[in-house]
Amino acid sequence: MSLLSVEKLTVAFPGQIAVRETSFTIAPGETLALVGESGCGKSVTAFSVMRLLPPNARVTSGRILFDDVDLLSLSPAEMREVRGKKISLIQQEPMTSLNPVLSIGLQISEVVRRHEKVSRGAARARAIELLDLVSIPDAHRRVDDYPHNLSGGMRQRVMIAMAVACHPRLLIADEPTTALDVTTQAQVLDLLDDLRHRLGMAVLLITHDLGVVAQWADRISVMYAGRIVEQAGIGPFFAEPLHPYSRGLLGARVDVDADEHYSRNRLSEIPGSVGSAAGERGCSFAPRCPIAVPGCRLAPPPLVAYGERAVACPRVDA
Amino acid sequence: MRIGRRIVTTLKRTAVHAAPTVLGIIVLDFLFLQLMPGDVADVMAMEAGSATAETVAMMRERFGLDQPMLAQLMSFLGHLVHFDLGFSPRFNASVVDIILERLPNTLLLMMSALSLALLLGIAVGSVMAAWAGKWPDRVLSVVVLLLYSMPGFWVGLMAVVLFSVKLGWLPSDSNMTIGSDFTGWDLVLDRAAHLVLPALALATFFVAVYARLVRASMLEVQRQDFMRTAHAKGLHPFLIQLRHALRNALIPVTTVAGMHLGNLLGGAVVVETLFGWPGMGRLALEAVLGRDFSVLLGVLLLSSFLVILANVLIDLLHAWLDPRIGEA
Amino acid sequence: MSVETQLTDLGSRAAPRKGRRLRAFVRNPTFVAGMVILAFFVLVAISAGVFFPGDPQDMVAQPLLWPGEDPQYPLGTDSLGRDVLAQLAYGTRASLLVGISSAAIGLAIGMTVGAIGGFFGGWVDTLLMRLVELFQTTPTFLLVIVILSITDPTLPTIAIAIGLAAWPTVARLVRAQFRSLRESDFVMAARSLGYSRLRIIAQEILPNALPPVIVAASVMTANAILTEAGLSFLNMRDPNVLSWGGMIGDGRDQLRNAWFLTALPGAAIAMAVLSLNLVGDGLNEILNPRSDES
Repeated sequence: MSLLSVEKLTVAFPGQIAVRETSFTIAPGETLALVGESGCGKSVTAFSVMRLLPPNARVTSGRILFDDVDLLSLSPAEMREVRGKKISLIQQEPMTSLNPVLSIGLQISEVVRRHEKVSRGAARARAIELLDLVSIPDAHRRVDDYPHNLSGGMRQRVMIAMAVACHPRLLIADEPTTALDVTTQAQVLDLLDDLRHRLGMAVLLITHDLGVVAQWADRISVMYAGRIVEQAGIGPFFAEPLHPYSRGLLGARVDVDADEHYSRNRLSEIPGSVGSAAGERGCSFAPRCPIAVPGCRLAPPPLVAYGERAVACPRVDA
Repeated sequence: MRIGRRIVTTLKRTAVHAAPTVLGIIVLDFLFLQLMPGDVADVMAMEAGSATAETVAMMRERFGLDQPMLAQLMSFLGHLVHFDLGFSPRFNASVVDIILERLPNTLLLMMSALSLALLLGIAVGSVMAAWAGKWPDRVLSVVVLLLYSMPGFWVGLMAVVLFSVKLGWLPSDSNMTIGSDFTGWDLVLDRAAHLVLPALALATFFVAVYARLVRASMLEVQRQDFMRTAHAKGLHPFLIQLRHALRNALIPVTTVAGMHLGNLLGGAVVVETLFGWPGMGRLALEAVLGRDFSVLLGVLLLSSFLVILANVLIDLLHAWLDPRIGEA
Repeated sequence: MSVETQLTDLGSRAAPRKGRRLRAFVRNPTFVAGMVILAFFVLVAISAGVFFPGDPQDMVAQPLLWPGEDPQYPLGTDSLGRDVLAQLAYGTRASLLVGISSAAIGLAIGMTVGAIGGFFGGWVDTLLMRLVELFQTTPTFLLVIVILSITDPTLPTIAIAIGLAAWPTVARLVRAQFRSLRESDFVMAARSLGYSRLRIIAQEILPNALPPVIVAASVMTANAILTEAGLSFLNMRDPNVLSWGGMIGDGRDQLRNAWFLTALPGAAIAMAVLSLNLVGDGLNEILNPRSDES
């Protein structure tokens, strides 16, 4: 019943394994947030779904089922049918994600013409419609503008317009607001949420910002050092995070209502760094974990489901 | 209309900037010419075999060569304002006529060589970038490096050996079959056949430059974020390279191609001499050897104009390729 | 460590970890290949007199012998019966000498002009850049011919002519480097310590501006050899010195029957220039490393 089902995906680069046996699902129309710190493998996971990995990356095992078809088994031509039409992508940096020498109208209409048999004029009209949809003012004039004529927030909207042009069933948003200022962030996320309800899209939201997750996601998957360590619905997760890493993440925020001041409290932090996971035979988080025991270092703990939630830590009882 | 306005502003700006440069070139070249031993009177007297001191002095006086340098310079500048480049004692014609007769031939040769070099260079460079690291790239890299190292005139000579001497396919002398009176399609073919080998010789070095540049440029462009965006849309790889990558990659190529226009004319000197091509390069050499200063000055002036013009064209081409530049 | 000592260390930033640098040179295959070929040519130039005693311009055998016909003259003889191999060997000297010296002249002038213009800016820079433009607007080869015609062509004058035509490119390069390095922190630190401007230019900025200049030097040498070949082909050469370009020019009349007379010297030129280009490419890879090279 799930729209996207990633099963035990492993992606390796020369010198390191970026994603280890990662599994998660996304139901039609739902927003799954994939959360973790920089370098935990969330972007690599997202690019794997689109099969847009750099040439030196290899998917060594696993399946990516989309509508019950394993994307990894498709030919390049078949995959090109999927991209832009059934699954699309929004990247992090709006400044560099658009081609500087082509007009935004062209960049939008080319995805329309690629997947639908429309004339150039019709595609251009669609582009204007889409620019309207993403609230770009004066769309019929701006359609011929170049990316450098637009602000960062507007460029990201253009990216969104391009991504939703052919009504994809799944939208992958790789840190869509990280490079934007706070006000623009809220606007863009608002827009994304509005669109996904209108178009019935599922969203895979990659982010490291828990605030964004709390507001916009339905479910959350937490990644650490290439593995999923916890999965849950938003409510239950924020009410009670189970995995020690999740608890550390949530503990590391500043709560406005709690009236904390630097003179009295210190920000709690997770000691150590992600680098400690390298070469670890057991649980990757064990070197930094407050509740680790020697048994944790023997083998990586499996992701165990407890009803609607899942945790990869045998020391937690749900 | 953005383009039209840009052309006008560029031309105006160039004219203002170039005027002192051109004046400087005239003065500098005049200086060089005065430093050269002997003048056209000497050379012609030597070639005639017998000439008395009186005839030589008379010739000098006739052509104003016995005037002090500054007077000669002023006279030249004065004539220049009237678009008169003086008279050549050696060719017995006005310099403007001589140059105008040869200019189209050189332009034809240079433009053919440049176009050939760009087309081949971009094609080869794209192939090298597409198969980067694999054997087509490695083989082509060696070939390109060799092309970069071989003297153009030597490649021309070897081509003559192969295509003219051994195979007899192509002619190796002049720009047309002397004494013929072809018309229509025959004329075009004859001229084209004569053009092939000289253009090839002139283009050799530049093919290598553009190929290397395009390869580096295309590889650089692949790493840009907007390329992943293009792939994410499901576009065909060929279309992505052609529409998204190439246009970005060509920007540095145009800069370099513009700079080459000056060198192209210099390279034409040797190639034209080799193939007996009746162009300005050969004219320049003859003028130097014959100490025919009016012709030489005319050629130097004109070639400087060409270089300046090339820079203008490059500027405009840049603005067309890269919309970020257009906004002034 | 006191601020003073730190800043002094910054001043000697030009002497990096030499050992590591040296190893990077040796490990680069392009650079090594180029140097090997170049070394071969240098050796030939130096030892030509040993292997081919006597005057290479002497008539020694029947004219127009093909390579391989007579084992005593493995590369044949030319229209005057002179040994081609001996001529090639001696011709190495002209090419290398002209190549290196003209590059040296071009570098000397170009670096001075570029450093002054780039460092001081203002009207000095504008004036010098106008001068650069003046030279660059004339096609290089034409300029060389004009300069060369002022005197008789000899190896030194040829080298000077080529050098005088080549310095503008170096000047532009060095000026760009100086303009960007002028604003760096370590220069400001040196200024605040009261170092003289000459010292700042020579000891602080110049060493850091060198990498692209070094690469440019090899390219200039390569171009100089090609230019000299062209000049010799056009008979603007030193009549007492053998040169490969001259050999091509002489052999041109025999294109029908003895085309090896033009082929062999040209191949020699190509090899010599190739070695310099390999060295230049290798230097570029070493001195301007990219994070990933496909």
